[in-house]
Amino acid sequence: MSDLEDDIILSELNDEDLVAQMFDDLYDGLKEEIEEGVNILLERGWEPYRVLTEALVGGMTIVGNDFRDGILFVPEVLLAANAMKGGMAILKPLLAETGAPRVGKMVIGTVKGDIHDIGKNLVGMMMEGAGFEIVDLGINNSVEDYFAALDEEEPDILGMSALLTTTMPYMKVVIDQLVAKGRRDDYTVLVGGAPLNEEFGKAIGADAYCRDAAVAVETAKEFMARKHNQLAAG
Amino acid sequence: MIPDDKTLTEDGLAPDRKGQILLLACGALAREIIAVKDANGWDHMTLACLPAIYHNTPDKIVPAVREAVAQHRDAYAQIFVVYADCGTGGLLQAACAEMGVQMVEGPHCYSFFEGNAVFEAKGELTAFYLTDFLVRQFEAFVTKPLGLDRDPKQAAILRDMYFGHYTKLVYQAQTEDAALQEKAKSCADALGLDYEYRFTGYGDLATSLARL
Repeated sequence: MSDLEDDIILSELNDEDLVAQMFDDLYDGLKEEIEEGVNILLERGWEPYRVLTEALVGGMTIVGNDFRDGILFVPEVLLAANAMKGGMAILKPLLAETGAPRVGKMVIGTVKGDIHDIGKNLVGMMMEGAGFEIVDLGINNSVEDYFAALDEEEPDILGMSALLTTTMPYMKVVIDQLVAKGRRDDYTVLVGGAPLNEEFGKAIGADAYCRDAAVAVETAKEFMARKHNQLAAG
Repeated sequence: MIPDDKTLTEDGLAPDRKGQILLLACGALAREIIAVKDANGWDHMTLACLPAIYHNTPDKIVPAVREAVAQHRDAYAQIFVVYADCGTGGLLQAACAEMGVQMVEGPHCYSFFEGNAVFEAKGELTAFYLTDFLVRQFEAFVTKPLGLDRDPKQAAILRDMYFGHYTKLVYQAQTEDAALQEKAKSCADALGLDYEYRFTGYGDLATSLARL
């Protein structure tokens, strides 16, 4: 960053310039600046949902696109996500209070035997940004863990993540249990993780394999739209 | 003549002559395969390596193996792919089956160096593994691609995101090397993990090659 940008005082920028600056700060992974920007917009009377969608999700969309296009790499995306997380922490309680629109609810977790959660965390955060309520089960989840969360949370979507070739088959164990209990059609099941692919997703009976967080959000939205259409038609 | 680690990481190794069996391997295994081959006098085997850095981008492994098999198959009676699954999610095994070539069993080199059965039985969830090659090339495979060489504040954030759930670094040594042990310990310190030294030798790599 240049010295010129070091001198920028966020509170002196108008709304448009501040949001543009927040896009830059997200891109550069500057968590404290994002937190400051979020607070300024809230003080100016912006609805939390507007801050979320226009400033944070807007900025992360640029990061996601540049990652997809090979301009940014994993470390940059993670630092941007860390910055967004700072902004989200401020907004989350306010979003609940102000009745922000809720697109759907997702239970998400890394499967048993696997401690990797970077991709899962990115998906969870981007889904929250898109208006989904996320219940994050963390890492190393057994069938029992997933079912306990499904019973308690009654989500629309179950998301499962795995980074290891040795742990990804466990997704099928969970899906097979859903089928055995006659509950498979109660949920949209989305799966993701580095060693997975489209064929694997189909083979284990998931509704979709999502190759990254942006695809997960779009896929989840599509399934929710279908669900609403079916309910409206029925 | 084995190329240096940087060449093995970025470029791999072209086969130097025509034996009966081509070992098509990950560059990270070059030294170990040559050690096993020389110790056993297996002159009928020729080694070719793909760039070891594909370890960090497993989606490049299958197309590269396919291309190399197609390029070399007419020159050898047999091609043996010296990769385990290595994060390909079963796609390498499927490709090898389709091409009619065999490969090493197991999920990755950490497993076959210890012996697949032993590794699986241990069930270590929170161990981060390094081999001789990865200790030597720690900067190229871990520090730099993960962004741990950035300013200390950013590096600390990233380190916690990547390694927050790990508890220990296990150095699976193929050779006894005091300098590598010292470096492996410093790698563990840099990642904020406990350190464990574990001599494995060549494990199932040696037995896999012996079956050819």
